[in-house]
Amino acid sequence: MDETRIQDRSGAGEPGIAELNERPPGHEARIRGGVATPAAHDSGMKHVTGAARYGDDEPELPGTLQVFIAMSARAHAKIARLDLAAARAAPGVAAVLTAEDIPGENDYSPVFGDDPIFPPLQGECAVVQYVGQPLFAVAAETELQARAAAKLAVVDYEDLPAAISIDAALAHADEAGEDLLPAYEMRLGDAASALEAAPLRASGRVEVGGQDHFYLEGQIATAIPMEDGDVFVRSSTQHPSEVQHNVAKMLGVPDHAVTVELRRMGGGFGGKESQPALFAAVAALVAVKTGRPAKCRLDRDDDMEMTGKRHETRIDYDLGFAEDGTILAADFEHCVRCGYSRDLSAAIADRAMFHADNAYDLKAARIHSRRLKTHTVSNTAFRGFGGPQGMVGIERAMDEIAFLTGVDPLDVRKRNFYPAIGEEPAVTPYHMPVTDCVIAEIVEELEASSDYRARCEAVKAFNAGSTIFKKGLALTPVKFGISFTTTHLNQAGALVHVYKDGSVHLNHGGTEMGQGLFVKVAQVVAEEFQIDLGKVKITATTTAKVPNTSATAASSGSDLNGMAALNAARTIKDRLIAFASERYHVPKEQVVFEANRVRIGNDEKRFSDLVGEAYLARISLSSTGFYATPEIDYDREAASGRPFYYFAYGAACSEVVIDTLTGEYRLLRADILHDVGRSLNPAIDMGQIEGGFVQGMGWLTTEELWWDDKGRLKTHAPSTYKIPTSNDRPDDLRIAIWDKGENRAETVYRSKAVGEPPFMLAISVFSALTDAVCAAGNGRAFPRLDAPATPERVLMAVEDVRSQ
Amino acid sequence: MTDTATRPAEPAIRPIRFVLNGAEREVAGVSPTTTLLDYLRGPERLTGTKEGCAEGDCGACTVLLCEHDGAGGLTRRSVNACIQFLPAMNGRAIETIEHIGRNGPTPLQTAMVENHASQCGFCTPGFVMQLHAGWLTGALTDRQSVKDAIAGNLCRCTGYGPIIEAGLEIADEPVPDTGAEDAALSARLAQLEGEGVFSYASDGHRWFSPTSVDELADTYAAHPDAVLVAGATDIGLWVTKQYRELPLLIDISHVRDLKVIEEAAGRVYFGAAITHREAREVLAGIHPDLGEMLRRFAGTQIRNAGTLGGNIANGSPIGDLPPCLIALGGRIFLRKGDDLRIVALEDFFIEYGKQDRAMGEFVAAIEVPRLADNQRFFAHKISKRFDSDISAVMAAFCLTFEASGEDVIVAEARLAFGGMAGVPKRAKAAEAKLVGRPFDADAAADAMAAMAEDFSPLTDMRASSEYRLKTAQNLLKRFQLELAGEASGRIAGMGPETLDMAPIGGAS
Ligand SMILES: Cc1cc2nc3c(=O)[nH]c(=O)nc-3n(C[C@H](O)[C@H](O)[C@H](O)COP(=O)(O)OP(=O)(O)OC[C@H]3O[C@@H](n4cnc5c(N)ncnc54)[C@H](O)[C@@H]3O)c2cc1C
Ligand code: FES
Ligand code: FES
Repeated sequence: MDETRIQDRSGAGEPGIAELNERPPGHEARIRGGVATPAAHDSGMKHVTGAARYGDDEPELPGTLQVFIAMSARAHAKIARLDLAAARAAPGVAAVLTAEDIPGENDYSPVFGDDPIFPPLQGECAVVQYVGQPLFAVAAETELQARAAAKLAVVDYEDLPAAISIDAALAHADEAGEDLLPAYEMRLGDAASALEAAPLRASGRVEVGGQDHFYLEGQIATAIPMEDGDVFVRSSTQHPSEVQHNVAKMLGVPDHAVTVELRRMGGGFGGKESQPALFAAVAALVAVKTGRPAKCRLDRDDDMEMTGKRHETRIDYDLGFAEDGTILAADFEHCVRCGYSRDLSAAIADRAMFHADNAYDLKAARIHSRRLKTHTVSNTAFRGFGGPQGMVGIERAMDEIAFLTGVDPLDVRKRNFYPAIGEEPAVTPYHMPVTDCVIAEIVEELEASSDYRARCEAVKAFNAGSTIFKKGLALTPVKFGISFTTTHLNQAGALVHVYKDGSVHLNHGGTEMGQGLFVKVAQVVAEEFQIDLGKVKITATTTAKVPNTSATAASSGSDLNGMAALNAARTIKDRLIAFASERYHVPKEQVVFEANRVRIGNDEKRFSDLVGEAYLARISLSSTGFYATPEIDYDREAASGRPFYYFAYGAACSEVVIDTLTGEYRLLRADILHDVGRSLNPAIDMGQIEGGFVQGMGWLTTEELWWDDKGRLKTHAPSTYKIPTSNDRPDDLRIAIWDKGENRAETVYRSKAVGEPPFMLAISVFSALTDAVCAAGNGRAFPRLDAPATPERVLMAVEDVRSQ
Repeated sequence: MTDTATRPAEPAIRPIRFVLNGAEREVAGVSPTTTLLDYLRGPERLTGTKEGCAEGDCGACTVLLCEHDGAGGLTRRSVNACIQFLPAMNGRAIETIEHIGRNGPTPLQTAMVENHASQCGFCTPGFVMQLHAGWLTGALTDRQSVKDAIAGNLCRCTGYGPIIEAGLEIADEPVPDTGAEDAALSARLAQLEGEGVFSYASDGHRWFSPTSVDELADTYAAHPDAVLVAGATDIGLWVTKQYRELPLLIDISHVRDLKVIEEAAGRVYFGAAITHREAREVLAGIHPDLGEMLRRFAGTQIRNAGTLGGNIANGSPIGDLPPCLIALGGRIFLRKGDDLRIVALEDFFIEYGKQDRAMGEFVAAIEVPRLADNQRFFAHKISKRFDSDISAVMAAFCLTFEASGEDVIVAEARLAFGGMAGVPKRAKAAEAKLVGRPFDADAAADAMAAMAEDFSPLTDMRASSEYRLKTAQNLLKRFQLELAGEASGRIAGMGPETLDMAPIGGAS
């Protein structure tokens, strides 16, 4: 089809239908890159050639200022004096901004209003609450000038008592009679009496450390002042709408005055959900105050000191069970280290509780959670959103029950699984019946494919003959609830344009951080229109196209945005069908979209031709789409209801070897079987599974956050904070997508969310390490091993069991 | 200050001349401590090279560096652009991610896409450059070599599997013969480097790159207050992390006399500017534990830049090489002007932050004795993470045995440690417990107990005092068990084959 002819507005230039059809449509059996195909990441080639642009790669506008945020040196102190005269006079400095320069609200928090952009300088609130808290900003011609100027500031602090650890936080809270957030409890049955009545009890404590996101691309935002006092912000964020809202709130302007855009992030993992608002707000403030574009880019150390992390959690468990390992009742006490402010901690601590049961029917349960304030950075969302912490508690308890009963840990686990589909469903501690449980089936398959039983014997034999090296083996399940537990967040919007040449422009509220969301949603749209994936242009996320979006989080990206985009595409497709049916006098059912063509009765056309005709017939070829997850409904007050649309399942079996002289260890082999429903893109899903597993392993092994007694984080760069490297990944890593997977819920093409669940497969590594330590003590004592299980912790645990 | 009248004439200040992605560059007017990364991303707008940490630890900034060897040849290595200073590029060629696929994607790039080896993609250019360099230099032979090649590159998304697969896929791809082009480039680089000492200045900050050891001696004598920079894997961080001003730098990485390895009877001499990568094979020949230590020392890019001289002269208490060389009885050659003196390495480290090195004196060479037949050696690096992690404890032991009647007894014991004190240090009390008796479990136990007198290590983010002491002790036990044939195998090498391994370790 000759586009110029279509564009020609004169009647004479208008093509006749016959001309449009001059070339016959091709007859591929299937479109390229449709749903369920392993299409490559849409930016793959751009990634490998360096052409993919991130926040710091866009050409800077002339006059762009570089912003440095000066940070508190104290964990908890009153700001007695802040003298910025010398900083203001330093070379290259265009502006030095404090709380007093903020025209609107001095807050960038997602919910509670307790995250000041900069601390107020007068009155009660003139305090800092963690080392690394932003104090003021310097904007200068170069970043070095901004840093140098910031050093000239004189800050006088008056120290106040600081709580750096969970123990200190508990002491502070008990003294004050108040936690950072109110405690929360879930109850199922009468756990106390059931525990009393149980023949056997296992109780203990496991401390689970935090985790830095270590997205490879640090936090960054650029703000460009526009006319009318508007601001355009480019932000590396999982939550453009929240950045927009926080920037507007800070400037005291309506949301419509702020546009936030991003094409992609260099990793997010939850660390760019609530945190980016700070940097965007600071950049926007500079832009508005100076009238110049401003870039706020954190270097690695500043990023790690200034931004929140996974919540460190202490879990006390007490389980009652029968001789065969059947759980009769459970009691969990969570102490969650939230940091200085509330941020998303309420929902995160809740999710830890929602996963305190993991895949097990607890029968009677009490789960109690305290949310504690420490004078450290405010902890935030991180893949799994508290769920992993909750899960470690019950998995540790499972290992202990196995130890106490002498039953194989896998048998203990299997005995307690939620009933399978078709059986009478059991309810969770939050009273949701589990109706889609496939964990028994998955574990059964993995047990066989990983050769679990034989390897158990082999491990035992090895350990019997080896004093220095000990092996451990563990197979652990994952059941992870999908949906935002804050119900209203479960909505999404999309915008689809079909251009008259048949190419498609796709936009939705989701953000791309590497998880492959964009390609998956594009596959959905390509499938709906039956056009090759290459015909669908993926575009940057912007608040100007899709408003009021939720964060790309809670693994919900493709569930929500995929559905929204599907709805948008379907609207356009319905219009095309109606048009074709009318023009060619065929019933609508006879207008069928096939690979890159449309069958209309006995006739066939290329998709692009039909689109061109529809354009000429003045049919709208653009539509929004919207989706809200059905059926979910959780009553937080009553701690009861259905917070999740469905559950994702998976299981992993890990084998480790430890060196009992040094505590060093290696993961030797891991087998994973994971349920992604019907995969939208098996290649992307495999990537999420492997990546999640390795990231989870890092969390539970080498990634240690270490604060000194002054509250200074000493592991604030990769030199000291150790995420896994290529050699930590076992050569023998066998990952499979569960081929029977199918979502019982009506999700997009019956797929399941995959972003977070695989992270928790790594608990098998932690359990295997526990098993190996136990073997080092000849099975005499159950090891107390906390996470991260660094070589030091492993050695100390070995020493401990050997001394008992 | 020395009398300027007697000084040789200062070399003329020149612009920095190098080749970037095939095109010549002449740069002046930027600070000598401008990093290569900032230069690429800034003035050149080559934003494919990323900054992930600015401290050499993530590999996102990896570029390929080519240099002429002074004899018409060309060598290639990957380096971290974030901690290389721009003037050091004088007479060198740099290739970035934008260049390598200029004629369409390379087989590596295609393999990366086909294996789904990128997710967020931010780490990806670094991996591509690193694997590309590995492929060009023949370093990719098997799975382990691919993993080792990329152990200095961090990826937070993929879990590495697909990247390793992509690396393996191209390992067998023939490397195109670029002999003629290389010779031409070598000549061109030699010409760009220029004659004599390269001298650069901007904003009153100065930089010298001598090319011979005599030029170095003269330049340093004329500027004894200068800071020497070799691989810049420490000094780079003084700038990118501590924002230190370094007004006067002398770069020794172009001094070809310091880049030689000479073998002599019973010993090996390493020029101070020999990199860890260049030294690895020879040191592994002295003892495999040294090769293993160097496999895990930093990542490939750092080993391609960091020098033996720098690892010693930085005086770090947690450097990996010094304990090893102290245990072996290594010595260093220090030169100042025309004066040369030899110091036993253990005496070089006086106290934390203080070494036996005078103003204007530099490390010229390192002498490493080979092991005699009656000597046994052991070295092990303990760190939180296996690869690319600064040691919590670095232990290196060398025992000399002699016959005494029926027994074989320890004649000399050298137990050296990093991470246990303010300097790399021998455990003299423990050594005393070993000498004059057979090295059996009792002797080891006595020496282990005595280590508590030798050391009271500190607690920090890498390890606690207790852990350091415990592992230091236990490593001696391991040495004893290994020599007695009661233990074998190190966890570092344990992979899937271990799954079927017969039990190892002593009987209960
Ligand atoms: C990511 C990373 C990982 C690392 N991992 C390790 C590790 O695992 N183990 C370890 O031991 N180290 C490690 N290091 C530290 C560093 O790489 C080594 O110490 C390296 O050997 C330093 O050599 P260089 O040539 O780069 O020194 P430079 O940075 O160039 O110089 C270091 C110091 O030595 C001085 N100096 C250099 N050469 C001479 C000379 N010939 N005479 C006198 N003075 C001289 C310099 O003036 C400076 O004070 C790591 C560093 C990084 C960035
Ligand atoms: S930026 Fe991380 S190694 Fe250079
Ligand atoms: S792909 Fe995201 S860090 Fe490697």
